[in-house]
Amino acid sequence: MIAATPPTEIKKNFFNQKQGLASWLLTYDHKRIAILYLLGVTFFFAIGGIFAALIRLELATPAGDLVDSNTYNKFFTMHGIIMVFLFLIPSIPAVFGNFLIPLMIGAKDVAFPRLNLLSWYIYMIGGLFIITVLLMGGVDTGWTFYTPFSTSYSNGYVVAAGMGIFIAGFSSILTGLNFIVTIHRMRAPGLTWFRLPLFIWAHYATSMIQVLGTPVIAVTLFLLVLERGLHIGFFDPAYGGDPVLFQHMFWFYSHPAVYIMILPSMGVVTEIITTFSSKKPFGYTFIAFSSVAIAVFGFIVWGHHLFVSGQSAYAGMVFSVLSYIVAIPSAIKVFNWTATMYKGAVRLTTPMLYALGFIGLFTIGGLTGLFLASLGMDVHLTDTYFVVAHFHYVMVGGAIMGFLGGIHYWWPKIFGKMYNEGWSKISAVIIFIGFNLTFFPQFLLGYMGMPRRYHVYPPEFQVLNVLSSAGASVLAIGYLIPFCYLLYSLKYGPDAPPNPWGATTLEWKTQSPPITQNFEVTPVVTQEAYTYTTEEVVHVG
Amino acid sequence: MGEKSFELFPVAASSIAGHVDALYAYLVLVSAFFSLLIAFCVVFFAVKYRRKGDELPKPVDEHSIGGMVLEIVWSVIPLGLSLVMFAWGASIFFTESRPPADSLEVFVTGKQWMWKIQHIEGAREINELHVPVNRDIRLTLTSEDVIHDFYVPAFRTKTDVLPGRYTTEWFRPTKIGAYHLFCAEYCGTKHSGMVGTVYVMNEADYEQWLSKGSGEGSMAEEGQSLFNQLGCGTCHPSEINKQNGRCPNLNGLFGTTVELNDGTKVKADEAYIRESVLYPQAKIVAGYDNIMPTFKGLVTEDGLLKLVEYIRSLGPAEGMPSSATPVPTQTSGPQPPAQPTANSRAANGRAGAAPANRAAPGNQ
Repeated sequence: MIAATPPTEIKKNFFNQKQGLASWLLTYDHKRIAILYLLGVTFFFAIGGIFAALIRLELATPAGDLVDSNTYNKFFTMHGIIMVFLFLIPSIPAVFGNFLIPLMIGAKDVAFPRLNLLSWYIYMIGGLFIITVLLMGGVDTGWTFYTPFSTSYSNGYVVAAGMGIFIAGFSSILTGLNFIVTIHRMRAPGLTWFRLPLFIWAHYATSMIQVLGTPVIAVTLFLLVLERGLHIGFFDPAYGGDPVLFQHMFWFYSHPAVYIMILPSMGVVTEIITTFSSKKPFGYTFIAFSSVAIAVFGFIVWGHHLFVSGQSAYAGMVFSVLSYIVAIPSAIKVFNWTATMYKGAVRLTTPMLYALGFIGLFTIGGLTGLFLASLGMDVHLTDTYFVVAHFHYVMVGGAIMGFLGGIHYWWPKIFGKMYNEGWSKISAVIIFIGFNLTFFPQFLLGYMGMPRRYHVYPPEFQVLNVLSSAGASVLAIGYLIPFCYLLYSLKYGPDAPPNPWGATTLEWKTQSPPITQNFEVTPVVTQEAYTYTTEEVVHVG
Repeated sequence: MGEKSFELFPVAASSIAGHVDALYAYLVLVSAFFSLLIAFCVVFFAVKYRRKGDELPKPVDEHSIGGMVLEIVWSVIPLGLSLVMFAWGASIFFTESRPPADSLEVFVTGKQWMWKIQHIEGAREINELHVPVNRDIRLTLTSEDVIHDFYVPAFRTKTDVLPGRYTTEWFRPTKIGAYHLFCAEYCGTKHSGMVGTVYVMNEADYEQWLSKGSGEGSMAEEGQSLFNQLGCGTCHPSEINKQNGRCPNLNGLFGTTVELNDGTKVKADEAYIRESVLYPQAKIVAGYDNIMPTFKGLVTEDGLLKLVEYIRSLGPAEGMPSSATPVPTQTSGPQPPAQPTANSRAANGRAGAAPANRAAPGNQ
């Protein structure tokens, strides 16, 4: 589809330099692989979104009247698995990381182009497993697969779903490995570490987590499959196992995985805010090292998911205080983004609206995380809708706002077309309003005590649930609009200049879309990433 | 609960609820302050510094506006406020994780998808829990299948209910009424149907409710008949000072420290008794052989709680040193099945006067 809509001009670019389906399926070009990933994650986002819509539809009334409990449980499980493992984790790194890391560091490609293509195929095979599970009848364990329910009691296709995530995990490991080597070895002459765009720092930190954390979830799921299939006792006390051990192993990956989802988004937002403030990011080194600090500290806070799981009270204390420490680098980032706008020249373009929306929603998501890190507070709030609201503020309000901001920011670079500014601003505002209407009532529901994963709920919770469902329909409309005007722009949008936003990083110094080799001549870097000079001034936005 | 009207704040019906709500107020205030501060700055800067014409801003020297000082200020202030959240939350948590010594005991077994509740005096209920107001209630919880979670929002407390393990939860209801009981850990198909009601009653109503009873004996009495039924007494003496050399005497065992044959010491608490019935080979008392067969599959979780309660009722005898290890002697010969009468504690259990030398909660 994309191959069929080459730019009308004759200028060579990575879309028209080779033609045909095989040239896409066998490509080693990081930009084409990024577009393959974009198609994949968009597909899975749509599937996951449909399940979200079904969940909100069911919860509009307290009774279980749309579907039965088994089906409802499969809805939220499939929503969670698809959104976490097939959308959020690959979304920004595999799409924008792939497309931009070589461009931003002045390289021709990533360090291992074949490995890069392989990781896309691995991702798609993992996704195929999940889709197969879906078609066969789904799985009902929740995306967390807690034992012994998942190993001994669930009737769903747990093994196939576990294998799907296991396989997709290798895609994540290989991508992370590729990025680390690329950033170390492929930087253009003169591009020292502290001249790198902060997007690169964020992806470097993310890649560390992917390489170090993902093997743990692979091991955990492998043990789960062994116990379910062969009754080898690791987690089920009936076989002599320990169910809480599973939770430790699961969260040892899955908490850092939250940072796999949010760190790249922070990188995107940093780029957008500096560009549309025409000003160097405030506290460059603090933003850079806070990414690394989040990646490191993120590995030692997993126990805050287990405060009521029978973990010792002293372990709870240690995990609680560490969780507060990991919050500080996030706070530093928020303050630095805000300070970047101070005395800047701010343009409220569509990407900037998403970035500012990100700041607001991520701030609320992060602050409500402080509630859950507090032991006595968490006892009341854990496993309620407060947790659901909190992580959607971080995952949807954070990661997806960053993803959409990135789409709108780099769309002209990737496809060489400008989209409709009016429609895109309208949809950004609709998404912001719809998001808050969907998820803010869930904080109140959580404090009221409504447990998560409830198909049927007491009637006094209905008003807030109806508000939430209404918000979800607004949000759904907000997501559909960009589909329309972005696809429209591919055919009818005006051609994009090389640097429509007046940005300073290297990807804007080549044509839009770039040629397969990225640059005609390898750039030589002589200054910091964000040096705004008057010659960059353009009139778009 | 009760009226099904629209509410925005849950009723506070336990001694801890007020503390949790106060901490919540602090967290909301700090969060609201920072959210509004950031939102104000973002909007204000976006308007005040909006780009006019093509002119670029003059590069701001971070040092001239105290860049380093700012970074330190906006790291240290949030850290300080966070540590208050930590300390406040930890102090509430420690109160929640330490049941007062003379709590009224209730035993809870979760299974897909119901709550089975046993009172020491013998009353049993399903998906309902009746407790007296202004008394400390200590729950001992276990699961027959998957992980559940016993959550009463009005009390602001919850605890996971694990298979193969005992966990504890305590609260002191302060307000008479009926409150939601939810299973808060996803447990399968009817997870959202694993709900019930906690009735907090005044002392007189509670006594009356209790006296209606179930017509069966106290948990300790039922535990004793199960003990005999399973033939435990053919080997384990349960009368004071009787020894047969093959199996440890269970009288005066509960809450003491037992020395094992590998030299380690273990407290004879609920978890230890449970493990010794199901996995007798796991911990062998010093001086005895590994001869006990497993009772796994022969006794349910409910039954185990009764056995534990029976052995607890044999309690440490008055004045006995709490670290007494039963010493095997050579007085051998088959012992008659133990037939101790229902002990005084179980009989007095309704008044709730549990012995002060009760074992500390074993499982956290």
